Amino acid sequence: MIPASFDYLTPTTLGEAVEALVSHGENARVIAGGHSLLPMMKLRLARPGVLVDLSKIPDLSGIQQENGQITIGALTTHYEIESSDLLKDKCPLLPQTARVIGDAQVRNRGTIGGSLAHADPAADIPASILALGGELRVRGPDSDRWIQAEDFFLGLMTTALKPDEILTKIRIPVLSDRVGTSYQKVAQKASGFAIVGVAVHLGMDGGLCAEIGVGVTGLGSKPYRARGVEEGLRNRRLEPSVIEAASSQVAQDVDPLEDIHASAEFRAHLARLYTARAIVEAAKMAER
Amino acid sequence: MAATRRITININGVSTSHEVEPRLLLVHYIRDMVELTGTHVGCETSVCGACTVMLNGAAIKSCTVLAVQADGEEVLTIEGLAQGEQLHPLQEAFWECHGLQCGYCTPGMILSAYQLLLRLPRPTEEEIRHGIEGNLCRCTGYQHIVDAVQQAAGQMRARR
Ligand SMILES: Cc1cc2nc3c(=O)[nH]c(=O)nc-3n(C[C@H](O)[C@H](O)[C@H](O)COP(=O)(O)OP(=O)(O)OC[C@H]3O[C@@H](n4cnc5c(N)ncnc54)[C@H](O)[C@@H]3O)c2cc1C
Ligand code: FES
Ligand code: FES
Repeated sequence: MIPASFDYLTPTTLGEAVEALVSHGENARVIAGGHSLLPMMKLRLARPGVLVDLSKIPDLSGIQQENGQITIGALTTHYEIESSDLLKDKCPLLPQTARVIGDAQVRNRGTIGGSLAHADPAADIPASILALGGELRVRGPDSDRWIQAEDFFLGLMTTALKPDEILTKIRIPVLSDRVGTSYQKVAQKASGFAIVGVAVHLGMDGGLCAEIGVGVTGLGSKPYRARGVEEGLRNRRLEPSVIEAASSQVAQDVDPLEDIHASAEFRAHLARLYTARAIVEAAKMAER
Repeated sequence: MAATRRITININGVSTSHEVEPRLLLVHYIRDMVELTGTHVGCETSVCGACTVMLNGAAIKSCTVLAVQADGEEVLTIEGLAQGEQLHPLQEAFWECHGLQCGYCTPGMILSAYQLLLRLPRPTEEEIRHGIEGNLCRCTGYQHIVDAVQQAAGQMRARR
């Protein structure tokens, strides 16, 4: 299985990369880890005439903490996220999520930026970035802007990125110490992609849920933040009845996907169940 | 046809250089141009792990990397693991513990295990199973592979 012919460019600055996208228009595609794009090209589901490889551009990968924020370069691999001591300490939700993506080889190549830009409805990372209230930095010919994760995902494999824009980094607020996080997914056996995945980060204060973010993937055509669940938990004691009632809101206003792996009804059921599990696990961690 | 590129890849310590089309997959570069056929092609769809090699110290599926993406980089294939006649502890352990039957998955399985032991010298059974998740074996039922990795881990620690 071999992709159709294409030209291959290796720009060494972001400016050059954007220029290449502008001059080749819709015919060009950025390649990061290539672990979504190359499989699609082999199947001729994608047929770009020009590939713009970002890997030779310095400073697009790495994880840093700066003034109350954690910044992650778009080319940072899933493995780098999974194994980062800084993230394990300050933002454990991301390593918890990265650890269950595909397999070791996929995690060595696949990148956080590629996963967000590709916006597969079953990808794991988007759920966690949504739960954390992350922001995405986007660079184009006449733009260099932050986009809220919630405004980034528009629909099935569709994002707010324009064809000549490049995602350069992701920014996440550093969480307070009394925070617990959990990512729970039902994986599709062969690929590992989420049939349903739920990311939760919550903070407790005086026995009440003071801070809450819930991101969901796999259920609908795009990942989303489950505001209904969050409202059901905010400023409450996390008793079983409260968790159950809040989790029952997860599929509210969502049209669940249906495929050979799960019917719409079963997906919605799994989403409710795994939302409750993620809340319970995150609460346990917050209480430690 | 798109413009070809001259690329140089260090494979098992030997510098190789060829003129390639950008769409050439790394696994085909290794097997067809450099003629190292120990790296296998199973599914060609990133699932089976038979094509696993190390690229700059990280296990990757070479059917899902372009040869041009590895230009200037270092690759280790199964042929590069033994030291002359001396098998690598993983190769010895796969032999002794019956970690293979037909052997089709073995080169990729060993390199995934190699990666795991570089990162976790003392893996638990669960960690071994998680580490070789990207490699399918149709013969062994995995138990003997897990045993082999455990045995090799002990050997490698003893040699250090
Ligand atoms: C066998 C297998 C199993 C997998 N299992 C899982 C799983 O369980 N969960 C999961 O979430 N994912 C899974 N994946 C997908 C994997 O995580 C991909 O690596 C990821 O989705 C895409 O990242 P990439 O760097 O490989 O992107 P690429 O494939 O390089 O790019 C994907 C798309 O995003 C665009 N793009 C990439 N980077 C940028 C950027 N910086 N700016 C603008 N556009 C960009 C590209 O143009 C392309 O359209 C799996 C993949 C494989 C092959
Ligand atoms: S041949 Fe590469 S993963 Fe199967
Ligand atoms: S030994 Fe035959 S596929 Fe693994």
